[in-house]
Amino acid sequence: MEKKLPAHLEEQRRFVHVGEEFPSDATTLSGADTFQTLGVTQHWDLKEFQEHFKFEILRLTPDEIQFDLIGIDPAIANAFRRILIAEIPTVAIETVYVENNTSVVQDEVLANRLGLIPILVNPALLQDRKPGDAPTDQDTIVFKLNVKCTRRPGIPEDSANEEKFVNSSVYSGQLQWIPFGDQQARFGECPPRPVHHDILIAKMRPPQAMELQCFAIRGIGKDHAKFSPVATASYRLMPRVRLAKPVEGPAAESLKEACPLGVFDIEDGHAFVKNERNCSMCRECIRSVWRDRLGAEESAKLKDAVSLGRIKDHFIFTVESSGILSPETLFKQALEILMAKLERIEGDLLQL
Amino acid sequence: MSATAGLGTGQAPQAAAPPRQDPVGDAEPQYLKDKWKMLPEFLKCRGLLRNQLASFNYFLDVDIKKIVEANNRVVCEADPTFFLKYTNIYIGKPSVEEELIVSEITPQQCRLRDMTYSAPIIVDVEYTRGKQIVIRKGVPIGRMPIMLRSAYCVLSNKSPEQLARLGECPMDPGGYFVVRGVEKVILIQEQLSKNRIIIEHDPKGGIGASVTSSTHERKTRTNLITKHGKIYLRHNTLSEDVGVVVVLKALGIESDQEIVQMVGSEPMYIIGLSASMEECSKLAIRTQAQALDFIGSKIRMIRRGFSRTRADEAREFLSSVILSHVPVYMFNFRTKSFYLSLMVRRVIHAMTDPSAVDDKDYYGNKRLELSGQLLSLLFEDLFKRFNAELSRIADATLNKSNRAQPFDILKSIRQDIMSNGLAHAISSGNWTLKRFKMERAGVTQVLAAVVHGLPGYDDPHHEPVREDPQGVRAPVLQSCGLVKNLALLTHVTTDEDPAPIARLCFNLGVEDLLLLSGDEFNRHCVVFLNGQILGIHRNPRHFVYAFRALRRAGRVGEFVSIFLNEQQRTVTIAADGGRVCRPLIIVAGRRTRLRPAHMQELLDGLRTFEDCLREGLVEYVDVNEENNCEVALQDADITSRTTHCEIEPLSILGCVAGLIPYPHHNQSPRNTYQCAMGKQAMGTIASNQQRRIDTILYLLVYPERPLVKTRTLDLVHFENVPAGINATVAVMSYSGYDIEDAVILNKASLDRGFMRCIVARKAQASVRSYPNQSSDIICSPPEEPPPDPNKPAPAEPRTQRYHALDDDGICAPNEIINPGDIYVNKWSPKNTNDPLAAATDLAPGANMLAAATIPSEVPTAISEPTDHSLTRFFFNRCCPELGDKFSSRHGQKGVCGLIVSQEDMPFTDQGICPDMIMNPHGYPSRMTVGKLLELMGGKAGLMEGRVHDGTAFAGDPVGELSAALIAKGFSYNGKDMLTSGITGEPLSAYIYTGPIYYQKLKHMVLDKMHARSRGPRAVLTRQPTEGRSRDGGLRLGEMERDCLIGYGAAMLLNERLMVSSDQFSICVCGKCGLIGYKGWCPYCRSGEEISTIKIPYACKLLFQELESMNVVPRIRLDSY
Repeated sequence: MEKKLPAHLEEQRRFVHVGEEFPSDATTLSGADTFQTLGVTQHWDLKEFQEHFKFEILRLTPDEIQFDLIGIDPAIANAFRRILIAEIPTVAIETVYVENNTSVVQDEVLANRLGLIPILVNPALLQDRKPGDAPTDQDTIVFKLNVKCTRRPGIPEDSANEEKFVNSSVYSGQLQWIPFGDQQARFGECPPRPVHHDILIAKMRPPQAMELQCFAIRGIGKDHAKFSPVATASYRLMPRVRLAKPVEGPAAESLKEACPLGVFDIEDGHAFVKNERNCSMCRECIRSVWRDRLGAEESAKLKDAVSLGRIKDHFIFTVESSGILSPETLFKQALEILMAKLERIEGDLLQL
Repeated sequence: MSATAGLGTGQAPQAAAPPRQDPVGDAEPQYLKDKWKMLPEFLKCRGLLRNQLASFNYFLDVDIKKIVEANNRVVCEADPTFFLKYTNIYIGKPSVEEELIVSEITPQQCRLRDMTYSAPIIVDVEYTRGKQIVIRKGVPIGRMPIMLRSAYCVLSNKSPEQLARLGECPMDPGGYFVVRGVEKVILIQEQLSKNRIIIEHDPKGGIGASVTSSTHERKTRTNLITKHGKIYLRHNTLSEDVGVVVVLKALGIESDQEIVQMVGSEPMYIIGLSASMEECSKLAIRTQAQALDFIGSKIRMIRRGFSRTRADEAREFLSSVILSHVPVYMFNFRTKSFYLSLMVRRVIHAMTDPSAVDDKDYYGNKRLELSGQLLSLLFEDLFKRFNAELSRIADATLNKSNRAQPFDILKSIRQDIMSNGLAHAISSGNWTLKRFKMERAGVTQVLAAVVHGLPGYDDPHHEPVREDPQGVRAPVLQSCGLVKNLALLTHVTTDEDPAPIARLCFNLGVEDLLLLSGDEFNRHCVVFLNGQILGIHRNPRHFVYAFRALRRAGRVGEFVSIFLNEQQRTVTIAADGGRVCRPLIIVAGRRTRLRPAHMQELLDGLRTFEDCLREGLVEYVDVNEENNCEVALQDADITSRTTHCEIEPLSILGCVAGLIPYPHHNQSPRNTYQCAMGKQAMGTIASNQQRRIDTILYLLVYPERPLVKTRTLDLVHFENVPAGINATVAVMSYSGYDIEDAVILNKASLDRGFMRCIVARKAQASVRSYPNQSSDIICSPPEEPPPDPNKPAPAEPRTQRYHALDDDGICAPNEIINPGDIYVNKWSPKNTNDPLAAATDLAPGANMLAAATIPSEVPTAISEPTDHSLTRFFFNRCCPELGDKFSSRHGQKGVCGLIVSQEDMPFTDQGICPDMIMNPHGYPSRMTVGKLLELMGGKAGLMEGRVHDGTAFAGDPVGELSAALIAKGFSYNGKDMLTSGITGEPLSAYIYTGPIYYQKLKHMVLDKMHARSRGPRAVLTRQPTEGRSRDGGLRLGEMERDCLIGYGAAMLLNERLMVSSDQFSICVCGKCGLIGYKGWCPYCRSGEEISTIKIPYACKLLFQELESMNVVPRIRLDSY
C-alpha cells in the first residue's frame, strides 16, 4: 500500500459507524481493487497479514472460550462460526426403539428429547453411518433406559414427590451404555455417557415405566441441531468508543451515568473512555433524549461528543461448547475442516 | 351519561341520607388502589361461567317445580274419577342404568363411553288405582342431561384433588353438557325483551307499537299500526285491522272524553287521536256492546262445540289474546285499557318525535336466554307431551271394560319421551317446541377443544344479522350472524318473584292503577314492574331513591333494577331473567363507598364480594339503570354528579380479548381478529388431555406461559393451560420468502422442539347385532398365502394392509399406520334379516392420509350391552413445515415461508439467533402497536427475570420497559445490532428483536396439501371428483377460463375443459344430427354419413337427457 487513503475513507474502511438511527459503513472494504480509482490497492500480502493477525485467548473455561481474532475478513470469521455450529461432527441419539413407554411423554417427543442430550463420546472413534445401512459396532453406540416408577413404602402421603416415589423423574444419567463388538476395548477408558447426568427426560408416577433402546450415531449440525457441538458460537465486533471533544463537569458526570456498562469514567473532571470492550452498543451515550434534559448548555457540550463505532477486523469470538468437545478442540477442528475445504477447492481448481 | 344522569342518588335525597360510617374514618380522600383485585374475588364467588351455571341451577331448583306445579294433574275423559297428581319433582344423582343395575357415573366416563351425562328426573305422585288413591314417591319419569359443575353435577364443590381422581381437569369451568359422548354448549340466545312496548317503524315506514306477551300459558304478539294518520290494532286472528278507539270502547272506555284523558289531554295527543275517533264514530260504535260486536265480527276463528255470541268471542279475545300478559280478572279490562292507551300515547308521541322510536339493538331492550331458560322451555313442552301421552293411555285402557286387574298408570310411564327429547335437542341443537311453533336450529355447539373451554368461557351466542332499513329480513341461514362475547363481569339475571316487589312498591307510595282516572294516570309517573303497569307515583325521584336504598340494604333482590325515564315519565322496575348487568362500586358524597380498608379485608380473606354487595358498597346495575348513573372510570374522576365508579376498566373485555397484551394500543379490528384466532391456537387442552378421546385434538408439545401477561390470564388459568410459545422474533426482511406476512423459521429451533405439535384423531368402529341373531364379528387378520411358485414373489406381503392388527383383529397399540391400512378386521353379515348368509369385509377408515399415525392404548368403550363400539386414538406428530400457520396475539397471522438453518440466521452480539423472522411490513398498515410493546415487555422481562404486565388500559408503561432495557445494556427502543449469518458483516440497520408470544394455529399444510394428475371421476358426468377428501381434480374455474379466453389460448382451453376432464367420443349422423353408435345411425338406419366427434361427456349426457324429455337436439356437422 503505497498511497494512503484519505482519512474519512480510511475511517470508513476500518470502522463501522454506529449512528443514532442506523449503523453505516458496515460492508467490508478489504477487496484488492476497492479503492483502485484512488490509486490505492490493497492486495493480500502474507507478510502483512502475519504482522497484523492476532489471536488472543481472553477466557478459557471447560465449557467456553472467548478470544480475540484480529486482522481477518468477516468472511473467514463467519466461516469459523458456521463450521462450529453446523459442520463439526458429534454423536447423538438418532433412533429410539421403544419397548415400553407408559409415561405421559409421547414416544416421538421422548425420542426428540433423548436426541437432544449431548453424549460424551469422542466422535473421531466412530464412523459415519450411511442411511439404510445396518448399525455396526463401528458406527453406533447403544444406550439403554429402563426405568420404572414405584412408590417408596412407608413414606407419608404429604411428603415431596422425590421422597415418595422412586424414579419420579427420569434423568439423563440413567442412560446405560451397552457395549457391543469391540466397543468395550475401544471406549473402555472413557465409556460413553451423557455429558450431564441431570437433564430431565420425563416425569413419572407409579406405575409408569419406560424401557428404551437408543442408538446413537455420528452426525453434523447441518442435519439436525442435536449434532451441533456448540451451545452457540458467535462473535461481535470490537467496539470503538472515542470522545470527539473533551467532556467535563456535570456533562461528564451525566455521560458516565448514562452508560449502563461503565464504559466511561472521570479523571480530573474530564470524561474518558475507560472500558471500550464493555460497550454493548446500546447507543445510550449518543441518544439525544436524556441529553436534552440537561439543559441547552450542557446538551450542546455533549452533542457529537461521543463517536461510536466498531472495528471491522477485530472479532471477539465466543464459543460455548455443549460439553462433548472442549472449546479449544472445537476451534482447532473448525480450522481443520476449513483447511480441508480449501484443499478440496484447490484440488478442484487445479483440475480446471 | 344521559340527560337524566345523577338521578340515582339525586342530590336532594342525598343530603337527607345519613353519612355512612367509615370503617377507617379517614378524613383525607384516599384513592382506591388495585381495584382490579376485586375481579378474582368476584369470580371466586361467582365463577367464570356463573351465568350458565346459575341459570341451569335455577331451572332445576325453581323453574322445574313451577312447571310441574302448573301442569300437576293428569286426567282422562273416560273415567272422571281417574287422576294422577304430581306432588313433587326433583333431580337425582347422575347415574347410568346398565342391565338393570344403576351406578353413579362421572362426566369422564360419559365422554369415553359415548354416553349422556344425565340424572333421573324423579317425581312424587298421587293417583288412583281402581278405587284406591295411591301415593308413590320416587318415580323416575326420564333423564335430564346435567350441566358440568352445576349444583347437580358430581363435580360440584370438589377440590382439585378430588376432581383429578374423577379424571376431570380442575381448570375446566364446566357449563356444558356431555351428550352421547360429545361436549355440547348451549349458546346464549339474544332476544327482544318480552312484555315490553317497543315502538318501531313498520315495513311501510309508519310508526307502530308492538308487544310480545309471554306467559307460561300463551305467547302472543299485539301490534298497533298507523295508517293514514289513524291507529289500528292488528292481530293474526283479526281478519281486518280494527281502529284502536273501537278496541278501547270494547274494553269499556265508552266516553270519548275518557279515552282522550287516558291517552293524554295535551293538544298533541288529541290531534293524533282525532282521526281514529272520527273513524269510530263513522262506524257508529258508541257502546261497549257495539264495539265488542264489531270486533267479534272480525275474528277469524274455527268455532267448535257450543256457539257463542260474537260479543262473547270478542271479550274472550280481548281478555286472553290481546296483551295476554296483562292480567284480567272477571273481565275487568281496566288495566288492559290503560296499557293500550299508553301504547297509543307512545305511538302518537313517536309520530311527532322520531327519537322516541325504540332502538332494537339497544341492550336494555334485549333479554338473553341462557341454557336454563331454553331447557325449561323444552322441558315444559316435553312434560306436557308426556302427560298427554299418559292421559291417552289412561283413556284407551279405561275405556275397555272387564279389566282383570285395576289399571296402574305408573306401569305405562315411558321414560324415553323425556330422556330422548332432551338429549336429542342438546345433541342436535334443534329446539322444536310444537306449542309455541318455535323451531330453532343451531342452539348448541360442540365445545371446540382446541383451546379447551375458551368458547365455553365466553358464552358465545349468535345474533341474527340486523334487519336492514327496509325491514326485509336477512335470509335465515345457518350460522349466519355474529358471535358476541360477554364481558368479564357481566351477570345475566334469573327470574325473581315479582309479588313482594309489587307489595314494596305500594308501600313506597305507588298508587294502584284501578283507583285512578285517565287524567291522573297521564299526569304522573307510571310505574312498571316486569312490563306490567303497577300504578303511578307522584314523586318518582324519591321513589327511585328509596327503592335503591332498600336494594342496597338487601331488602330487595340485588339484581332487581329500577330505572327512571324522565322523557316517558316512567319508572321501570325489572326483576325478570335474562337482563345483562354488571357490578359497580357505589359512590356517595364524592367518594367510593368501598374504602381501601374494605379492599384490605377483601385481600386478607376477611370479606367476600358478597359481603360488599350486602353492605351496599357494590351493586349490580343493568343496562337500563345505567342510564340513570354517572359512572366514573377511576376515583380521580369522581365529581358531585358521580353515582358509581367502575371496578376495573379491563372488565370491558371478555375472556378471549383479555388474553391480548396491550390491546388498547392496537387498532380495534386486530383485537377482533385475535378473538377469532385465539380459539384456533394449539396448546394444552386441559390437564386430563391424555385421558380424553376427542374426534381431533391438537396439542402443542412444549407450550409456554407468556412472558407478557394480562390479569385476565390468571382469571382463566391460562398459565396452567397455555397455548403458545415465546418465540424470539427479529423484525426484518430476509430472503424475500417473507412477503405477505410469511414468517421465516429457524431450523435449529424446530429441531429443538419449537412449535411441535401432536394431532390425535379418533377412529371408531361399531360392532352391532342384528334382528336375525346375526352380528358383526371381528376376526384375526388373514394369514399370508403360501407363495405361488409360478408367479414372482410380490414386493411386499399381500397382507400388508393388515400389518397393524393384533391377533384379535384390532390394531395393536404403538403400531405405525400407513395410508390404506386396516384398523379393525370387521366382518358384517350381508343379510341382516335372514340367518347369516355371507359376510363382507368392512374395514373402516382405510383412507388415512397421514403418513405415520400411532394408536395409543385406550380402553375399549362399550356403549350399550348389545352394540359394542371400538375406539382407537391415533397420534400424528407434526414438526412445523412450510405453509403452517402461526399467529401472534395481535391478529397477525402468517404462514411459514422458509425454514433457514441456524448458521444462516442473523445473530445478535450475545449470539442469539431468532426463532422467527417477521417482515416489518406487517406493522404499518395493521398498526398493532401492542405487539411492539409486547416485544419490549418480553425482552425487558427476560433480562430482569420477571413477567411484565400488559393488561388492557393498565399494563407496564413503555418508559418502564425502556428503562429496564437500558439498565441491562440494550437500546431503549428494543433495536439491536445484528450480524448477518451469511456474510458475517453487521447489518446496516438496527433490528427490533425480542420475544413475542406466538401461537401455532390448527391449519396445517399436512391436512390441506393436495394435488392430482389422474384420479377418480364422478359416475354421472365422468368429470373429475371435487375436493381433497375424494382426491379431486383442481378446478379451472370461470375466472381462469375468462383469462384463457382473453389470452386467446383456445387449444389450452380445449385441453383443460375437455381433454383433461370428460372427453368422450360419439358417433353423429350427418343427415339427421342425432347420436348414433358404432358407426350406425338407428334413426336413418344407415351408416353412411356417420362421423366420430369428441365432445364432453356432460354434453352428451345433456343431449340424452333432452331426448328423454322429447326435445331433440341435433348436431350439425361441418367439415373443416
